[in-house]
Amino acid sequence: MDAILLQILNGLDKGSAYALIALGLTLIFGTLGVVNFAHGALFMIGAFCAVTLNRLLSLSFTTIDPERTDFLGNPLKVETPYVETWFGPETGAAIIDWSVPLAILFSIPIMALVGLFMERGLIKYFYKRPHADQILVTFGLAIVLQEIIKYFYGANPIPTPAPDAFSGSFDFGVLLGLDPNLIIYPYWRIVYFLFAAGIISAVFAFLQFTTFGMVVRAGMADRQTVGLLGINIDKRFTFMFALAAVVAGLAGVMYAPINSPNYHMGMDFLVLSFVVVVVGGMGSLPGAVLAGFLLGILESFASMAQVVALLPGINQIIIYLVAIVILLTRPRGLMGRKGVMES
Amino acid sequence: MLGLNKKDTYMFLLVLALVVFAPFLLNPFPENSELAQFNAGYPDLMQRFLIFGIFAIGFNILFGLTGYLSFGHAAFLGVGSYAGVWMMKLLTMNVIPAIFMSVVFAGLFSLLVGYISLRRSGIYFSILTLAFAQMSFSLAYSVLTPITNGETGLQLALDDPRVIGVSQVDGSIPPANFFGMPMRESFEMSMGGWLFTFNAGYYLCAVVMMIAFYIAIRIFRSPFGMMLRAVKSNQQRMNFTGLNSKPYTLAAFVISGMYAGLAGGLMVAMDPLAGAERMQWTASGEVVLMTILGGAGTLIGPVLGAGFIKYCENIFSKINDNILYDWFAALPDGLADALVFIIHPFIGKGWHLTLGIMFMLIVIFLPGGIMEGMERIGRLFKRRKPPSQDKSAPQASAAPAE
Repeated sequence: MDAILLQILNGLDKGSAYALIALGLTLIFGTLGVVNFAHGALFMIGAFCAVTLNRLLSLSFTTIDPERTDFLGNPLKVETPYVETWFGPETGAAIIDWSVPLAILFSIPIMALVGLFMERGLIKYFYKRPHADQILVTFGLAIVLQEIIKYFYGANPIPTPAPDAFSGSFDFGVLLGLDPNLIIYPYWRIVYFLFAAGIISAVFAFLQFTTFGMVVRAGMADRQTVGLLGINIDKRFTFMFALAAVVAGLAGVMYAPINSPNYHMGMDFLVLSFVVVVVGGMGSLPGAVLAGFLLGILESFASMAQVVALLPGINQIIIYLVAIVILLTRPRGLMGRKGVMES
Repeated sequence: MLGLNKKDTYMFLLVLALVVFAPFLLNPFPENSELAQFNAGYPDLMQRFLIFGIFAIGFNILFGLTGYLSFGHAAFLGVGSYAGVWMMKLLTMNVIPAIFMSVVFAGLFSLLVGYISLRRSGIYFSILTLAFAQMSFSLAYSVLTPITNGETGLQLALDDPRVIGVSQVDGSIPPANFFGMPMRESFEMSMGGWLFTFNAGYYLCAVVMMIAFYIAIRIFRSPFGMMLRAVKSNQQRMNFTGLNSKPYTLAAFVISGMYAGLAGGLMVAMDPLAGAERMQWTASGEVVLMTILGGAGTLIGPVLGAGFIKYCENIFSKINDNILYDWFAALPDGLADALVFIIHPFIGKGWHLTLGIMFMLIVIFLPGGIMEGMERIGRLFKRRKPPSQDKSAPQASAAPAE
């Protein structure tokens, strides 16, 4: 019982990341009909937004403290971040500590701009080209973005800690009346899950309850008719692309403390997210979210010691295996609509 | 000649000449000159040109003819490599059984993958092949360690049985050979300031590649190739005529998988080790890049693309800031600094950035790759020469009715 619960919890945070990326991919695919291989790169850029803000905040100047000496007997150099001099030592330290949550605010405009530039500057010209061309050009873009990040930040993962307040673990077992230390779960992962749930509900609420969202949904169903009604649907779809970029970026920002960002983290997630989208059904938003969580949980179940002992290596391939089975038995995916990508 | 028409014969002979004289052609600069770093005439790199050329020719048979974009072809190359190393471990250091078994195993594996993946088309096909390739990659890294030796990669050892050959000679592993001729053996010829290297392994690759190229031409010109092109242009209409296209696409898939296996086997023949990273999806992406860059659906294009990428990869990544400063030595210091600053991100380790940008530009502006670019330039010159016939051209080239 406790083992099963633990695996479900473990699956949730990975599943949230899959779900967020897959949601963005589906938004782009559903609105613009473009297969975006550069979406993983957006996720990575988001994570590096967190790194950048952390570095910006920790920018510091060096003073020599004559009263203290280092182990060689020289006067000790003390690094003081500018933030601490501006806001006082305590507030300053707190700001640096909370750099990852602050990066959420920092990354939204950046990701929106990146998304806008991508759509207006490149993707716009590929609507009428075959899907293979779209895949290829976004694949090239992903390489370029990745290499730019690598040029500025190097190839090594950069640890980006979560705020101290979330550094511990939460004991779920005690909550449910089980023995302590049976089911412990890091706070930050709970935060990540809640955050992802919040973003996903916000996106759905936006599409469901606003006029803008209604028009977008109408455009997804029948773009031509909406255009004939005199609505500038292209503009709204561009906005949706930016929104998808922001969702991917936020997923990346919050993922930075879980997995130290490196330049190819996007590619690693991209392959899985595509599988998630296909399992959920191309063009289906609920399908993408559902499949994201399902596959995340399945993956963590497959990495249980007992399962691995029974079927060695299953934890590595379970997602692909599920994808193959789903594609062959339910070609439209779990919740795919009829007529999407069936040519 | 050999059942090829005149144009194809010329093309075949041209490629043959290029391959045979490559050690001269790729070494245009004297040994001690400033420009010697642009020479590509050393065996290691020339072998890679041919091996990746074979890989890309094979990929082109699938993607160029049928339009099915596979993102998992590196898996077949990997399977071929592992099969090749195992042959060398178990049978003999002669490269022939290794290459042969690589092709067979890659063919079998691609038959399995193709049979399943080809039930879907379009992007679903791409993702299915991607999933299979990633699956094989993960398995090679983890569970299949007894076969693949996991992260270290599969290597030869002194106590391997090698039942037909010998397991060791004077306490060392015997070199990979072709009936006694070691692959590493080279003949060096020094002429004036130039040093030309003729490597046994390279010429083995050359023979294999010419055979592979010949088969590819025959496939392109055969009724079978025509059928594959029909699949690309309109599969639905083909199915309406009562024709089952699956056997044709599956055959194309297996053939291209075997080409990939052949490339893997040759890699092993040149350098007897195999690692899982050969199967990663970025490796599959690379062959896609090569084919597109050269021109998908053309015969020579993929070979050119493979050569171009491998050449740039080697040369670009060798250039560093000091070399740049040497080049710009004539310029004023400030200007040289600025130029080096601008170029710096694109060279050395940043070579992938150059590749990515180049690739994007090609996909955006020149979907037919290098071959289309050459054709356009050719047309430009042709049009200038006979200006009087130019008027009839637009009508002749109008699109036929649907």
